[in-house]
Amino acid sequence: MAIIIDENTRVVVQGLTGREGRFHALRNRDYGTKVVAGVTPGKGGTDVEGIPVFDTVVEAVEATGANAAVIFVPARFAGDAVYEAADAGVGVIVCITEGIPAHDEARFVDYVHLAYPGTVLIGPNCPGLISPGKCNIGIMPGEITLPGGPVGLVSRSGTLTYQAVHELTQRGIGQTTCVGIGGDPVPGTGFIDCLSRFEADPDTVACVMIGEIGGSDEETAAAFIASEMTKPVVAYVAGVTAPAGKKMGHAGAIVSGSKGTAAAKIEALEKAGCRVGRNPSQIGELMAEVLKGT
Amino acid sequence: MDLFEYQGKQLLARFGVPVSAGEAVETVDDAVAAAERLGFPVVVKAQVQVGGRGKAGGIKLADSGDQTRQHASNILGMDIKGHVVRTVWIEKASDISEEYYASFTLDRAAKKHLGMVSAKGGVDIEAVADEDPAAIARVHIDPLVGIEDYHCRQLVFGARLNPAARSGAIAVLKQLYKAFVALDADLVEVNPLILTPDGRVHALDAKVSLDDNAAYRHPEFEALRSLSSLDPRERAARERGLNYIGLDGEVGIIGNGAGLVMSTLDVVNQAGGQAANFLDVGGGAGAKTIANALEVITADPKVRSVLINIFGGITRCDLVAQGILDGFGTIDVKVPVVVRLDGTSAEEGRAILAASPRDGLMSAATMLEAAARAVELAKSGQEA
Repeated sequence: MAIIIDENTRVVVQGLTGREGRFHALRNRDYGTKVVAGVTPGKGGTDVEGIPVFDTVVEAVEATGANAAVIFVPARFAGDAVYEAADAGVGVIVCITEGIPAHDEARFVDYVHLAYPGTVLIGPNCPGLISPGKCNIGIMPGEITLPGGPVGLVSRSGTLTYQAVHELTQRGIGQTTCVGIGGDPVPGTGFIDCLSRFEADPDTVACVMIGEIGGSDEETAAAFIASEMTKPVVAYVAGVTAPAGKKMGHAGAIVSGSKGTAAAKIEALEKAGCRVGRNPSQIGELMAEVLKGT
Repeated sequence: MDLFEYQGKQLLARFGVPVSAGEAVETVDDAVAAAERLGFPVVVKAQVQVGGRGKAGGIKLADSGDQTRQHASNILGMDIKGHVVRTVWIEKASDISEEYYASFTLDRAAKKHLGMVSAKGGVDIEAVADEDPAAIARVHIDPLVGIEDYHCRQLVFGARLNPAARSGAIAVLKQLYKAFVALDADLVEVNPLILTPDGRVHALDAKVSLDDNAAYRHPEFEALRSLSSLDPRERAARERGLNYIGLDGEVGIIGNGAGLVMSTLDVVNQAGGQAANFLDVGGGAGAKTIANALEVITADPKVRSVLINIFGGITRCDLVAQGILDGFGTIDVKVPVVVRLDGTSAEEGRAILAASPRDGLMSAATMLEAAARAVELAKSGQEA
């Protein structure tokens, strides 16, 4: 099994006719993902290499039975795209777009959660998610993953996720699902939501969690791991040497005063019983040890 | 983007927040002229984006033109925790009965707006939060609903403000919140918010941080930015569209993706070195971006070696390799460069580098090996 997306996921791509949307949607389809529709207002009736394009998401859903949406539209239109996808009734919305104003994000994340509690919003500013061998939505290179589990991975980062997956795959450790929740201040889906899904997934035996400086999501996740999780968690936190007050690329990655430091997050995770790697290679080493013990 | 006090005050005033009349000046003569226009006493305030300027002597009361001249000449050019004062704000002095704290920000954990008020203003609010958390009243505001009167009442009564300040404080809170949302601010903070002897509530300081992601719908952001102080290295990087942050070490870093670059800084540190910078070329960087990045990094005289750490996803390692060779072709790279390529088109990338050897350019198989090598080279470079 996998979490959130699998072989039954049917994807509509918002912004399919744009440069990024086209490139990644076709890569996702090549991977085996069921990319069933695209949406670009005014281009309804055309197609992109056989993928039909519609003017609105609701039309695309009615015509193709799409049950997930991925958003590749520019930041200033991304909020609109999230509302449209949610109101069209898809159960999974993956927002790849980065650079969305935080106030817009706070509003649409709030709306999706209040109006559609069953809908999963991943991102924004995220690489997407992949259930290896079944479905890949977003920009992750599918070829570095290894199907079949037993590890579920959740991460705030993009390329660092690839590095971590690479470390696992190199050691022959496969993955059930890898979720990039994104580096923005208000992610639609957090660590805890993914960890609880992995805890419930019979094929996931252990989890990898990759955090970074800023906010307190890792600490909250540590408390959840300590009280609710039976499956082992290997963690890594980037930004140990990041100075206070400097935003490290991601809008959410900033140490303010004594809050949000990597040291505090690592301490909280270790206290919760996680094995915490000091560099990305150790994620693979520690997971190999953990799996030997299970 | 963090604003100076005077920029913040001028923005908040547009939303009706009461602030003192004042002028921002950059010379001693202009400071005296401004003070005379405003009328004495005035306060001469250093404009720096760092806390503790009062203790450092950056805020002084002046009763005359001569005193203004003396204070302004002391404060202009003063170094406050590494920030050199280039501007002073001359403001009409206020009578203060009590000092409060008020702010609005986004609470990431709750995914809601957070309003905070305290009767203990004028001091470091983080210290208050640590020592006496009950002294800070907090209320969450749903971003879809916005502020209602009850939110303000909960803050003002919860913080036990002087009854004389209640109605004034409620009015200011509503104006502050309006500014917070309309300006796309990450933070609006007034510390102190004062109660005057005649019962007015008034912002004596302002800390406003704006969301760069919203700049497209706020043309005024660009003018505010040009006034704020940027590291010259950061300015050069910004002009080339690179996400760069200057640090103090000797190993220059180029990577793709914020998380991977942060992790690279950590690994360099574990190998016994210090990173000179954070530089994320982003997703899908082509040869031109890589060459630009190499140019910015090697222009930093502190840099003794460069570590390029790329895990290709959208980014293609063959294009990265080409960019590195282009950089070596157009700029005089005087320090050794260690390259680690993995992911999309990594084999092609490594082959391109292997086919065109350059002095001082070398490959490493893993991130850890690359970091160790770059640190070692930076150290031997310093000895040489």
